[in-house]
Amino acid sequence: MDHLVEIGQLSFQHGNGKVVFDNINISISRGKITAIMGPSGTGKTTLLRLIGGQLTPCRGYVTVAGQHVHQLSRKALYQLRMRMGMLFQSGGLFTHCNVFENVAFPLREHTSLSNSMIHSMVLMKLQMVGLRGAAELMPGTLSGGMARRVALARAIAMDPELIMYDEPFTGQDPISMGVLIKLIRTLNDTLGLTSIIVSHDVQETLSISDYVYIIADGKIVGQGVPQDVLTNPTKQLQQFLKGLPDGPVPFDYPAKQLKEDFFSWSNT
Amino acid sequence: MIASITALGRLGINELREFGKAGILLYQVLCCQPNYRKSIPLTLQQVYMEGVLSLLIIIVSGLFIGMVVALQGYHTLAKFGAAQQLGPLVALSVTRELGPVVTAILFAGRAGSALTAEIGLMKATEQLSSMEMMAVDPIRQIISPRFWGGVFSMPLLTLVFNAMAIYGAYLVGVQWLGLDTGVFWSNMQDSVDFYADVINGIIKSVVFGIVVTWIAVYQGYNAKPTAAGIAIATTHSVVYASLAILGLDFILTAMMIRGW
Amino acid sequence: MISQRFIESIVGLFVLIAMLALLVLAFKVSGLTSFFPGKGFTVTAYFDDAGQLKIRAPVKIAGVQIGEVKRIELDPVTFKAIVTMRIYKKYNDIPDDSSASIMTAGLLGDNYITITPMYSQAFLAQGSQIQYTQPAIILEKLIGQFIYKLGNTDKEEQHEKP
Repeated sequence: MDHLVEIGQLSFQHGNGKVVFDNINISISRGKITAIMGPSGTGKTTLLRLIGGQLTPCRGYVTVAGQHVHQLSRKALYQLRMRMGMLFQSGGLFTHCNVFENVAFPLREHTSLSNSMIHSMVLMKLQMVGLRGAAELMPGTLSGGMARRVALARAIAMDPELIMYDEPFTGQDPISMGVLIKLIRTLNDTLGLTSIIVSHDVQETLSISDYVYIIADGKIVGQGVPQDVLTNPTKQLQQFLKGLPDGPVPFDYPAKQLKEDFFSWSNT
Repeated sequence: MIASITALGRLGINELREFGKAGILLYQVLCCQPNYRKSIPLTLQQVYMEGVLSLLIIIVSGLFIGMVVALQGYHTLAKFGAAQQLGPLVALSVTRELGPVVTAILFAGRAGSALTAEIGLMKATEQLSSMEMMAVDPIRQIISPRFWGGVFSMPLLTLVFNAMAIYGAYLVGVQWLGLDTGVFWSNMQDSVDFYADVINGIIKSVVFGIVVTWIAVYQGYNAKPTAAGIAIATTHSVVYASLAILGLDFILTAMMIRGW
Repeated sequence: MISQRFIESIVGLFVLIAMLALLVLAFKVSGLTSFFPGKGFTVTAYFDDAGQLKIRAPVKIAGVQIGEVKRIELDPVTFKAIVTMRIYKKYNDIPDDSSASIMTAGLLGDNYITITPMYSQAFLAQGSQIQYTQPAIILEKLIGQFIYKLGNTDKEEQHEKP
């Protein structure tokens, strides 16, 4: 099976010295939905930015469609990005123009299509996410779920090969969650996309993904098809998947001994 | 002791990095190849947002500053029996100093802070990142039009301010305090030189325009993407811009004064 | 969302207002008569003392401005001040034996040059030199002389009295 995205021996640390990834390997198969999961703060969003070339790794490589993302010239990187779509956590819609213009933006920037062509293309994309009727609304008046659907329509406007979802389910009510799950699945299958979902919503993500990676503490702690991952006996994995309050990730934030902390007042 | 020296050194290096980042941003803005078909409408929109929308505050403050300077100047000049020199007093102080400086400070407060907040908000809501992922350079699409819009608007606003301030002085001096119209204008014309006073003032305002918009744009682009980060960036934008205006004004005046 | 057409016209209006302000500043405030100075001819004059004369000071005949001072330099040989004046083109019939003197407007005013026409049939033209000049009157010198004289007369009186 061929891989659209390959990540090899990737290490990354922030400017303040915090290690985010330590030597991880991920391959993303073409045409599948791959989920990358992990607790908050494990740098899942950072991983997407690394794939998109917005950040540069300390070591290792990322290839998308066979091209080394971080060795490309600026122009080639922009060419490559046209083949990717990314759905940001907050949608990232432009607040100064309406839904229609938001979806039309990439088309206007990268193509020289006539206005009528753009009009029909935008309405087509909006139809796919079920928001054709909302074309004239401003982003500020949309609900969170609708804003994400608009952002999704914008992300697929240029018909990309790869689409990355950054926490698509966070803060959604069950209905819009259901809508998004359905959309991600159908878009992936009908448009022949390759999808990467970054999330910590276990049930929803497992229900639609074909392959799962679980990251914790900068390492991959588990991978496989959803059934395998669910039955994986690793404690760390089970705590995350079942949402147990105590386990390898302790309930208590690291602190001094009780005695030291509680009686330190009287001593000083 | 060592720790405090280390902290001082780190502070210094961080400040230096800020300057470096601001310089790189300016370089990117100046050196990005413009796409005229798209950049010109975007820049015009920004001239509207920054220039036209600042026009009202500029006109009103210009009028009042001219009136106040005239009123103050009249009473001081009258002691020496030199009230006819009111025209030159107002015209010179406005065209040389007050016009460029006050316009720039008002601009920093009105348009600069708005720029910083807008760009910071775009960053916080991931609009800039998503633009980048759509293979559109945010420097070219967002930063550059705002920068050029500000640089273009500032001298125009200064011209309007100057004219309004002198009109305000005319209202107070001639209409209210009863100076002779002819004397007022002819004394002014005798002592104001178009190149040395008016044009030099405009040159100043161009420099201020560059600096104010540069600071505003940089603070927004570099803001921490949180509500508190944007608030801090907006404050910094206005404070730094005002300080830079006053400091630069001294340097520019020192450079220009030889010609006077 | 404001239409692009509206924005363009408003910005156009803004530029127009600013240009209008520039015109006001140029003609009403700074009394600029022409953006391209250069019409006219230059003449020079040597003065023993240029006093407080400044560049752009007016050159007048009978109180009417006929030109302005362009340059003030020092002649390295005679150590006199060479004043170059630009005379407006239409005053091309000033006799070439006229004299120039540096005057002060009022007691504390600025210096200007006044030209007193004579009767020669030849006229001043580009590059001519005004022969007869009278230096600036320096107030300090006058006061000095006055005090000196005053002192002398006092002494003479004292001589006579005793």
